[in-house]
Parts: sequence; structure tokens; C-alpha cells
Amino acid sequence: MGKVLPLGGNYAVAYAVKACDVDVITAYPISPQTTIVERLSEFVANGELNAEFLHVESEHTALSVAIGAAAVGARTYSATCSQGLALMNELLYIMSYIRLPMVLTIVNRALSAPINIWNDHSDFMSVNDSGWIMMMSASNQEAYDEILLGYRIAEDPRVLLPVITSMDGYIQSHVVEPVEIVSDEEAISFAPKRRSWVTLDPDKPVTMGPVGDPSYYFEFRRQLWEAMKESRKVFDEATEEFAKRFGRKYSAIETYMLEDAEVAIVGMGSFMGTIKAFVDRARRDGVKVGALRVKLYRPFPSEDIARALSNVKLVGVMDRALMPGSAAGGHLHHEVAFALRQAGLETKTIGFIAGLGGRLLTMDNVKQMVNVLINYKDKTVKELPKEPIFIGVRE
Amino acid sequence: MSLPGWKQLPIGAVILTPGSSVEYKTGEWRTLRPEIDQEKCIRCRTCWMYCPEGAIQEVEEPYKTKTGREFKLTYKVDYDYCKGCGICANECPVKAITMVEEVI
Ligand code: SF4
Ligand code: SF4
Repeated sequence: MGKVLPLGGNYAVAYAVKACDVDVITAYPISPQTTIVERLSEFVANGELNAEFLHVESEHTALSVAIGAAAVGARTYSATCSQGLALMNELLYIMSYIRLPMVLTIVNRALSAPINIWNDHSDFMSVNDSGWIMMMSASNQEAYDEILLGYRIAEDPRVLLPVITSMDGYIQSHVVEPVEIVSDEEAISFAPKRRSWVTLDPDKPVTMGPVGDPSYYFEFRRQLWEAMKESRKVFDEATEEFAKRFGRKYSAIETYMLEDAEVAIVGMGSFMGTIKAFVDRARRDGVKVGALRVKLYRPFPSEDIARALSNVKLVGVMDRALMPGSAAGGHLHHEVAFALRQAGLETKTIGFIAGLGGRLLTMDNVKQMVNVLINYKDKTVKELPKEPIFIGVRE
Repeated sequence: MSLPGWKQLPIGAVILTPGSSVEYKTGEWRTLRPEIDQEKCIRCRTCWMYCPEGAIQEVEEPYKTKTGREFKLTYKVDYDYCKGCGICANECPVKAITMVEEVI
């Protein structure tokens, strides 16, 4: 058992980044992420972490510099959210398609407008096609552990993809929980620095990021598809090994009381704690409800989800980001509905949109969702709502 | 020509052979080709300086015009890399370069 410290999610992540002995940190502050890089700058200033700490002038530069750092073989870290992530957008695609590993933490925050610094998943979901492996934690311990998992997976020669780890802004980032930290030696032994990719080296010159004209571009898209698929195997191996070493077992999905559930709520991040608490309460009243939390978002664990939901009649998928104009309403609903359909299941779905821009989820809100599910569970697909149901919004 | 498939290509489009850009014949992009009229050319080197591709070559090849003027040098276009931008034709002070349509 390692040392247990009382840590907010941001500090927990900073401790994990230090334990992984990163070489380069590119930092641009943005709420609610700021205290991650702030704490890291203290580690560097104190001499506790031997890394280049680069203050850049924008998030666009933060990721540009990270690409350069990873290209020379450095273990690289950055953190951002919301508008900062939006500003990084073009570089996200460049990093993943050049196949450079790094870890970037998103402290989930709403996208403007209106300006809002509070938590939802619209920033996270906005980059879900960018070719990064994406995980979302639900506790500060998990946010810490994701950093270790992140470096191990990213630098695996079978993967070589950058990794996004994430946590909910304020709900996790600024709320203190007990977090077990591992020693630097243990962290490095779990996630050794592998330099397993081709790097820029004057003695062995290579060109990175060339033009890919119509006769080449497509092939590199195809390559990344394969790497993403391969990364799932590596994720499973890494979580397995992590459990052996540190006693905490993570999976692509976390299921809760699904065995005999007739209805279930699927979602991501910290709200799932409230959902699970409601499930406990509803179970005492004899309601057969369960929950499923998606931890690994890219590559999307479609088969795991379909397997876990195969006996459920009706699933409510709670999205904390909006896909305006889509049939599904939210990204997660879109993915889950497709996963169920591909598995040939009868399981029906309803989309819920909740918690946008920091609107909290109350037990009453969850009750409302579960009541909707119970009302519709024996209806036919044709009778289901054709639009997502907005939970907790004023009419 | 059969090109390598995605499994054969280096990860992330890294080019492992230094100096291999010469193998990329950018002249294929051209729709107009510059043609230098050696009779009109006064060997001023302007096109050589302005060409963004370094596609104007200065060759040690003597040339005598019909009017009897003798030059030690000749300017030629390297059509493997000339992309047909027309800058040389625009800059030539005596309008010795004509842009002619490429016909495949
Ligand atoms: S057309 Fe453009 S590329 Fe070709 S020789 Fe003239 S200046 Fe160079
Ligand atoms: S700019 Fe014209 S005159 Fe001068 S060297 Fe080139 S072709 Fe000849």
C-alpha cells in the first residue's frame, strides 16, 4: 500500500505526472485545469521533478511544442479544457497521425457560448474523432491512475498514439479525496520510458509530417484505424498488470447491478456516482435498475457494452454534451445505440441530455430518468421518444 | 507503378531516407510549361534567382545568336521539378520566357 494523500483531482494528476518522470511539460493555464500545471511548476522549481517546464503563449502552441518534444523522444505532458482544447484542435490530429505518444489531461468543462467555466463533456466529446485514445475517470484516484495507464499504453510500440485522460471539472478537479500515490520507482517500472518510436536525431535524419498527396494520405488514415483497434488489447493488458501491482482493477466499462436489470442508465464521469447511489435506493424499493459507466471512450468498447446490456429491456443513455441536429442527441447515445444494433440485440435506447454547463444532477433528476425508462420499457421501438429528453432544464 | 500499401508504409508517414525529396517529381503538377527563347535571352540570371523551385538551371553551354552575339552560358528549365508557376516568365526583363499549355 502506497502513501495516501488528501488530493483534489488536479493535484492527484500532477503527482502522477511527476511519478512518471516526464521530460517536457507545456503549460497554458485555463480553469479548471490551472492547478495541474501550477503544481507541476512547483515540482520543477523545487527540484522534485527534472523536466523542461515551458510557459507558452496559447494552447495552440502548447500542443505544437508538445509535438516537437515527443518528436525528439521526450515523455511529454500537457493539460487543458474547453476553449483551450478547441484551440488545440488542429494539432490534436497532427499529433495522432504522426503517431507521437503523449498524455494530455482534459478537465472537462463546457464550451462557450455563453461563457461557462463549469463542468460538462462538450469539450471532451468535441475531439472524439481526433485519433487519440480517450479515457474518462470518475474519482480522483482514477484520474491519478489514468496517467500511469496513459503513458504505458501510449508508448507501447503496438500503439504509438497520444492519450487523453480526463476528469470532471470542479466536481473532481477541486474536491479533495483520499488518493493513494505510488513511488516514482513503481510508476516508472509500470510505465517505463520506452522511446519506442522513430525520433528526430541529427545522426539519423528522418522527415516527419510530410505532404500526403491523394496517392498516400488514405493509407495513413487506415494505419491509424488499426493502431486504435490494437490499443484495446494493450489497454486490457495494462489494466490487468495495474491491478496486479497496485490492487485497483479498471475495465473499459464499469457495470453496476446489471445482472437482473430491466432498465439501466449508461453514462460517463462523476455523475455516475449519483446514479449508483440512486440505483441502491431504487433497488431497496424493488425497482430492477442498473448502471453502466463507460471509462474507455476511444477505442469505444462496443462489444463489452452490448454484452453487459444484452438482457436489459430499455437503456437510458445520459449525455453531458449535445450533438445538435443529430438523431441521437448526444455522442454516447449514438455510440451505444450502434453497439447494441451491431450486436443484433433487441435492447432499446432513449437519450437523456443532462448536466450541461455545470447544471448539477439531483436524485430527483435521476428518479425522473428511471421513471421514464420504467414507463417505456414494455413499449415498442416505434413508441419511443424520437428526441432526447432534457433532464433538469427549465421549460 | 504499384505503390506500397498501408501495412508496408512507415508508421505515421515518417520518411526514413534523408534527401529523398528529389525523387518526388513535382513537375507533374504543372499545367503550363515555361519555354525559354534562347535568341531573346540576355543571360541576366533573373529567372534563376526568382524561381521558387530552383528549377532554372544555369548550364555551361555556349550559345551564339543569329545576330552573332555569343554567350558562354545557357539557362534551361528542369522540367522534373518546374511546377509551372510562371514567376520566371513574369520576371524576365526581355520577355524571353513563354508559358505554353501542357498537353498530355
Ligand atoms: S515556371 Fe515557376 S517553377 Fe517553373 S521555372 Fe519558372 S519560376 Fe521556376
Ligand atoms: S530572366 Fe529572361 S533574360 Fe534573364 S536569364 Fe532568364 S530567360 Fe534569360
